Amino acid sequence: MEAKPLIARGRSHEGLRDRLGFIGTLFSVTIIVLAVAGIYLFVFSKGLATFFVNQVNVLDFLFGTEWRPTLTEEEGGPKFGVLPFIVGSFIVTFLSAAIAGPIGIGAAIFMTEIAPPWGRKAMQPVIELLVGIPSVVYGFTGLTLLVPFIREHVGGLGFGLLAGVIVLSVMILPTITSISVDALSAVAPEIKAGSYALGATRWQTIWRILMRAGASGFVTAVIFGMARAFGEALAVQMVIGNGKNMPTSLLEPASTITTVITMNMGNTVAGSVENNVLWSLALLLLLMSTVFIFAVRWIGRRGRMMSR
Amino acid sequence: MFCVGESLTTPAPPRPVWIAERWATDEAETDARESAREASESAVAIETRDLNVHYGDVHAIKGIDLKFYRSEITALIGPSGCGKSTYLRSLNRMNDTIPSARTTGQILLGGVDLNRPDIDVWALRKRVGMVWQRPNPFNKSIYENVAFAPRFHGVKKKPELDEIVERSLRAAALWDEVKDRLHESAFALSGGQQQRLCIARALAIEPEILLLDEPASALDPISTAKIEELLFELKKRYTVIIVTHNMQQAARISDRTAFFLNGELIEYADTKTIFTRPERKETEDYVSGRFG
Amino acid sequence: MNAKIIDRVMTVVFYAIALLLIVILFGLIGYILARGVPKLSLTFLTGPPRSLEAGSGIGTPLFNSLYMLFLTMVFTVPIGVGGGIYLAEYARPGRLTDAIRAAIEVLSSLPSIVVGLFGFLVFVYYTGWGYTLMGGALALMLFNLPLMVRTSEEAIRAVPHEQKEASLALGISHWRTITDVLFPSALPGIVTGAILTAGRAFGEAAALIFTSGMSSPPLDFHDWNPLSSASPLNPFRPGETLAVNIWKVNSEGLIPDAKEVAAGASAVLVLSVLLFNVLARFASRYVYRKMTASKS
Repeated sequence: MEAKPLIARGRSHEGLRDRLGFIGTLFSVTIIVLAVAGIYLFVFSKGLATFFVNQVNVLDFLFGTEWRPTLTEEEGGPKFGVLPFIVGSFIVTFLSAAIAGPIGIGAAIFMTEIAPPWGRKAMQPVIELLVGIPSVVYGFTGLTLLVPFIREHVGGLGFGLLAGVIVLSVMILPTITSISVDALSAVAPEIKAGSYALGATRWQTIWRILMRAGASGFVTAVIFGMARAFGEALAVQMVIGNGKNMPTSLLEPASTITTVITMNMGNTVAGSVENNVLWSLALLLLLMSTVFIFAVRWIGRRGRMMSR
Repeated sequence: MFCVGESLTTPAPPRPVWIAERWATDEAETDARESAREASESAVAIETRDLNVHYGDVHAIKGIDLKFYRSEITALIGPSGCGKSTYLRSLNRMNDTIPSARTTGQILLGGVDLNRPDIDVWALRKRVGMVWQRPNPFNKSIYENVAFAPRFHGVKKKPELDEIVERSLRAAALWDEVKDRLHESAFALSGGQQQRLCIARALAIEPEILLLDEPASALDPISTAKIEELLFELKKRYTVIIVTHNMQQAARISDRTAFFLNGELIEYADTKTIFTRPERKETEDYVSGRFG
Repeated sequence: MNAKIIDRVMTVVFYAIALLLIVILFGLIGYILARGVPKLSLTFLTGPPRSLEAGSGIGTPLFNSLYMLFLTMVFTVPIGVGGGIYLAEYARPGRLTDAIRAAIEVLSSLPSIVVGLFGFLVFVYYTGWGYTLMGGALALMLFNLPLMVRTSEEAIRAVPHEQKEASLALGISHWRTITDVLFPSALPGIVTGAILTAGRAFGEAAALIFTSGMSSPPLDFHDWNPLSSASPLNPFRPGETLAVNIWKVNSEGLIPDAKEVAAGASAVLVLSVLLFNVLARFASRYVYRKMTASKS
């Protein structure tokens, strides 16, 4: 361990390791960035091919209500109207958020404000566990428990939007609850103490103080839930019935963007118009997911600014 | 809060009793210090010339010229935020790790300017060791805490490492307490033992200069006494530079004292002079406890 | 109405909501286990799937799931930890870092089917591999990297700054400080993150149906040469995982006892998720004790 000269000369063994280590970590993040760029690039190029290569009219695609990809030209040409699927996706997304949102936020308020400490300690791991349950398990439960139940007690075939909405609600419930709990835990205790000190009841404190202080967190939680519902493929596919027509009732079989992709991607030939149309649907899915992601980012940033 | 203006108008307060006692009792040692003051240029271990540190827009250290001598303990004193810790950290370029920090001026070690961009900071830090306020041993065994740096700097053989570990722990007066449990976690040691382990860790790479940033302020009085005793031993072989808040400690252990205020060096002299007849009013006020 | 009465009523409402949540969630787990656990037997867990008649086992899909999990973790852990180190130690605040963080966030929130489609295009189509376990593992890696990166970064950031300073002040290089000082202290957190990631990968299906396929070739469980085409260890063969199998038997419905097979497989998945959660809790404690080497 003799004294080394203070002025750096050449590259030692450790110097090389130091550089290689940095390059290795840089490589790791590069993979992630390239993957994201690649996903956007490929989905855009494949998805837009429908319109630029196959000359399908964008408006016929987005607003057409007939999905008949195998129709021959004599019979009126293949029709690629995907409006029923878009409508299906939005219905299941918004309805499941409307059901799971209040329940999830309510449960979060219960856990942080009302339950005794042991109640929260018991519920937290259960919620975390449920976030991790695979979506096919939700789908399978919906298929074997919910679909027969609806068929016998509500009406219809059982398969349909209603089943999809309920399965998705249960699926996103833990997500919404867990993010809302985080948001409520971040509310400064002094704010609450101030309200109680003024003689407010617990409900008044929750309604006037916590709902406001946690608002951006709740919105984030619900959007996360909606993003998950919008992008879920298999669980919905198993219970929604995969009807091709514009849904007119919650009990009718329907489809969403994801279920159509799931059902047909394996049965179409790459490069054909039937296949490219599915990529256009994937593009819609990607764009919508991006909207959700940036909405969450935007709210997060605004929330941080407001709390300053 | 202190106010320099006020201190100018009121008569100087009586000097604290402990200063009088400190230098009344050991005249013999004072003579030794007098001779040390006349140390020649060749005894300079490390010095800074016009050293400035900026954190973003904040000018934290303002043109410091200081010389530290071999085999001496130099204390850096001053109120919180006066820049003494920043100054200490610039001596082994630890301020490099703060992205907004910018250092200008010269730091001379053996005639080489350490502030040059082409300096090998690993080699530099091997020669200038550092110990912090709070003990910060690694999440490793006692043995590994000490052996880690020598191994990095090229000692690979087990017998050599064993020898370094034993010598460093002995030098830090910790060997007898830990020799039977070298492979247990360093976190199992008491605070004072952890701090001595940190000193042993710094000594293991045989530095020339030892920088200590309030090394005893987080410790109990008994541990503090042990560390101070240890510093007396260490100064025989190393140049010790210590930042301290505790003026009694500075008076007890140091040979020279530098007083910092608002990023400037106000006064630098041998410790007795600083505490008994300082030239500057601010120094007088600080050491006698008017502010700080 | 009196504020006190409203408060009472709302408290009851909140209790009802919590009760509803608990009933739904426990009902779900209870249902899956009650229906699936009786089905579990050694023959079911190890038997081969049949395509048309009753009596399918889940041996092959279960093996595929475990092997796929192994393959994907081999890629995910080093790259994820590398990314976490970059963000915690090297990234300087600025546009580039913001862009990297945004990319990770986007990747973490993309629907898994989109990742699957990308995987189909790149790992199945462009490489010419066809449906392979390797393709599935790479798609799962993309899907799981954000979680691994985030947990690693948090674990490294949680190491006290003084540890890093102490190492740098000894003249240790930044990289060795990372590997020898920060990484061991961060390991419990990284292990927890890896197990949570594994749990997610184990149950994923949508990203796999177009990458690793929905069937397995006949496998010879005596042939362990990874290069031979009938070997279970060959990563370049198609392989349906357990989660994919559940979806397939239900949606194709070619076997008469599809629901029974799926119930058993679902129970295995739920139990695995439970196991991963429990593991994540205990492993970090165990690793922490190992790392600090304290005997008491």
